[in-house]
Amino acid sequence: MNIERLFIANRGEIAVRIIRAAKALGITTIQAYSEGDVDMLAVKLADEAVCIGPAKATASYLNIDAVVQAAIETSADAVHPGYGFLSESPEFARAIEKAGITFIGPSADTIERMGDKVAARHAAQAAGVPVVPGSKGRIDRVDEAVEVAARVGYPVMIKAAAGGGGKGIRIAQNEDELRSLAPQAAQEAAAAFGDGGLYIERSVTSPRHIEVQIIGDGHRTIHFYERECSLQRRRQKVWEEAGADCLDDATREHLCGASVALAQSVNYRGAGTLEYLYEEATGEFFFIEMNTRIQVEHPVTEMVTGFDLVQEMIRVCGGEALSIRQEQIKKTGHAIEVRLNAEDPFMQFLPWPGKVESLKIPQGEGVRLDHFMYEGYQIPPFYDSLIGKLIVHGKDRTEAISKMAAALDGLEINGLKTTVPLHKALAKDPGVASGDFHTQWLEPWLDAGNLSPQNT
Amino acid sequence: MAQILSPLPGTFYMKPSPEAAVYKTPGDGVAIGDTIGLVEVMKTFIEVKAELSGTFCAYITEDGHPVTAGQALAEVEV
Repeated sequence: MNIERLFIANRGEIAVRIIRAAKALGITTIQAYSEGDVDMLAVKLADEAVCIGPAKATASYLNIDAVVQAAIETSADAVHPGYGFLSESPEFARAIEKAGITFIGPSADTIERMGDKVAARHAAQAAGVPVVPGSKGRIDRVDEAVEVAARVGYPVMIKAAAGGGGKGIRIAQNEDELRSLAPQAAQEAAAAFGDGGLYIERSVTSPRHIEVQIIGDGHRTIHFYERECSLQRRRQKVWEEAGADCLDDATREHLCGASVALAQSVNYRGAGTLEYLYEEATGEFFFIEMNTRIQVEHPVTEMVTGFDLVQEMIRVCGGEALSIRQEQIKKTGHAIEVRLNAEDPFMQFLPWPGKVESLKIPQGEGVRLDHFMYEGYQIPPFYDSLIGKLIVHGKDRTEAISKMAAALDGLEINGLKTTVPLHKALAKDPGVASGDFHTQWLEPWLDAGNLSPQNT
Repeated sequence: MAQILSPLPGTFYMKPSPEAAVYKTPGDGVAIGDTIGLVEVMKTFIEVKAELSGTFCAYITEDGHPVTAGQALAEVEV
């Protein structure tokens, strides 16, 4: 591998995670930091550190010129973008490539292609990966809508062809409903966007969020099985598992095989995740998007497969062939990760950027805490609220949930409000234990008052 | 003269969006509960509301700059 000096263009817990992986590979680490992050753990752990600008992310972690310049000035030969910030910016990847530095991720062209919803959908279809069936383009007549609906199957979702953000979305269970709802939707779309064109697609009922982890070396792609991340609040994942117990083996093989086929078809290099909606009632899955970077929830996959995904992505992007063969990847037991956010779950999840007064980390086999805290650390208010991730690994899902409950009891973060009480309540909840949930489950559960100081 | 303080640490904004006008200009009336600015904390925007009434004098923190909890943001003549 031709990487000796790795520049980390990120912060928080993922910067710490990348430093550990790089050190294990004998690579010198250079940590980028903003003026608001002078005291962060990654700066202390890295071999070198360089300030890239003011606290405001647009002036530092999102400032392509500043980050590229710092990587050049510190003689970095590779840049790891982590997740978020510039990790899926084709402009950034291109600027790094142009500077003659290795980008730990796919090519700028692949990022661009998979980041474009329409292009990604086409790539998926070309590779034989199912996508949510829908109209080819805009629809202007109700009869046309009825024809499409008959082809894709009810229920169907009626959307505005222009605009987005959920405005005007209606669900029709049958043709009668479609005939009465489509004109309303067209009228609303015309009022909101000045364009009454519609788009019809199959409505996926009570969808689960299932995703597949892959790594490619530009020639060959392998998968590390799936994760389920259906417990979400405001489209943010809260609790993640590996694997998805709702899948039978045939569906799992189909899903993972389809993911490899798609990644392979774009000669993928680096770590990536293919996200799907899974409709349990019909056993059908539909591709939604690909994330061309390492993800927050990658540790659950590491726990059940035993491979270090961050080390492997650095190796393949450094020019090595994959060090792992598909047959070597076996899934053992079940893993769960919960996201620890500096938020008050009893006050509408109000951010709480306090100071870590004391920290007690649960120990034990199959328990892992990825974080960037230390006693006396002031969590900066300028970035997102993720302060760490608690991960457990058990022999099966039931054992993993009880291990999570015990690990949460052993975790103490004093000085801030965190989402630990939410996870304690979820670990005790019969609905979570049954595994019978979907992406629209958690918010109504919260609205119904299931989270109270008594049940945590 | 009284001051309006930031309830949280974060980034202070005196406008609801970059293109919008500032919430208050000198001489404007201030009523209890009026929004005088926003503090962005961990990607969430919190409205800063006046807890007193009077006449707006001036912002004493720059737009888009970091603030600490309890830092004075604006002055009001009561």
